[in-house]
Amino acid sequence: MSLGHAIQAMISRNADKVRAINRRYANPRLVMSPAVRVSLLCLRFYLLFLVGLLFYKFITLVIH
Amino acid sequence: MNWITKLYYQAHRVWKALSVYLIIAGPGLVVMVADNDAGGITTYAATGAKYGYSLIWFLVILGPVAYYVQEMTVRLGAVTKRGHAEAIFDGFGSFWGWFSLLDLILVDWLTLVTEFIGMTAALRIFGVPGWVTVAAVCGLMGFMVVNGRYWTWEKVALIFCAVNLIYIPGAFIVHPSVHDVIGQGLIPHFQGGFNGQMFFFLMANIGTTIAPWMLFFQQSSVVDKGLKEKDIIFGKIDTIIGAVATVLVAVFIVIVTGTVLPGIDIDDAAEASKMIMQTHHYAGEFMAIGLFDAGLLGAICISLASSWAFGEIFGWAHSLNNKIKEAPWFYLNYFITLISAGAVVLIPGAPLVLITLFVQVIAVTLLPAALVFLILLLNDKKTMGEYANTRTQNIINGGIVAIIIALSTLYGISTLFPSMFG
Repeated sequence: MSLGHAIQAMISRNADKVRAINRRYANPRLVMSPAVRVSLLCLRFYLLFLVGLLFYKFITLVIH
Repeated sequence: MNWITKLYYQAHRVWKALSVYLIIAGPGLVVMVADNDAGGITTYAATGAKYGYSLIWFLVILGPVAYYVQEMTVRLGAVTKRGHAEAIFDGFGSFWGWFSLLDLILVDWLTLVTEFIGMTAALRIFGVPGWVTVAAVCGLMGFMVVNGRYWTWEKVALIFCAVNLIYIPGAFIVHPSVHDVIGQGLIPHFQGGFNGQMFFFLMANIGTTIAPWMLFFQQSSVVDKGLKEKDIIFGKIDTIIGAVATVLVAVFIVIVTGTVLPGIDIDDAAEASKMIMQTHHYAGEFMAIGLFDAGLLGAICISLASSWAFGEIFGWAHSLNNKIKEAPWFYLNYFITLISAGAVVLIPGAPLVLITLFVQVIAVTLLPAALVFLILLLNDKKTMGEYANTRTQNIINGGIVAIIIALSTLYGISTLFPSMFG
């Protein structure tokens, strides 16, 4: 088997593995109580805020 | 005669408990001492040089803070027999799982680079070239894991933890005034008033106290060691002793730089070592040896945290009790992480300062998520049963987590915008 085929096979194997992991953990086991939902929502906003700050920093660095 | 029997019985009980503790001790002690990694040593050295002994009380407070957070990973690991990465995938689904895993891999790798920066800088003081340090560290860390036993790895790591205490004799060499240390250090106050720069130093100290890799490492380590519910109490004691050791080391570093370099701005611990060597040769050398050891301990733990997390999710064999043949992907991941991080330090003109700053920013994208997940998982009564967080624990841990999130976020932001706090 050529190196190209070997790499292709490895990528395909790992992609299958990732899909299997996604299927296995598709449904969160933790009960989504209001507290959990609010916490996860806050985390999403927090991450969006940080990504926004990083983006702002990047833009200001590029402009100056 | 009766009292002799009772005394014998008590002594026998204590000895038995001590024996069990000595078997179980390890994960908490290693993770806590490794918390004082190369970045941590620099932070403490800079704090002592800038503010003398006046912030020692703050470092003492950080001990219980670190304990309360890390203790939760002991319970979670011992009850669920799962590492933190797997617990997040299982509890919150694949989106948060992948986010945590990939973020952990990135932040661990960047932190590992900073450990190599610290180690090479420390040994350069003794005339050891950078490439020799990197090769020797990779060789040593390879030797520690390839023998296929968790026990051996842990005992070697504990020896390096003991070396970390070198700052204590280092502090005695510089003859600090005990009266000043107690008078200025243990009474809570802010020398020169509470200003932006003081706030930055407080944030930096908190930022080095709890790092994302610590949560993942201790939980995986508890699982790999095979701790059970009945061992939780010993895991907690182990973590308490580790927290005391980490605070002691931090305090003695502050004493050294606070005595020898008061009022001086320093950028890294290696620079501080050289400055100390000018007046106190051995204290400076101890500082450099301690910096190398701190970087090594950090590297030992961080590289494993990533490999364990990957192994848990991809279903690879991922125990230090496995031989290389039995867990090839686990060890491959370990060595790739280690060698690539070491190689970066050797690249001429590599942006090492940028990487050091970037670590703080990336860490704050993962730390809050990991801490929130930890609290939520500890409240899952179905899984945790009697080991779930009590109301009091939730109040204490919730408060600590909220403060850590707020201050570490501000620290990360201040790294992006340095003029923010003056």
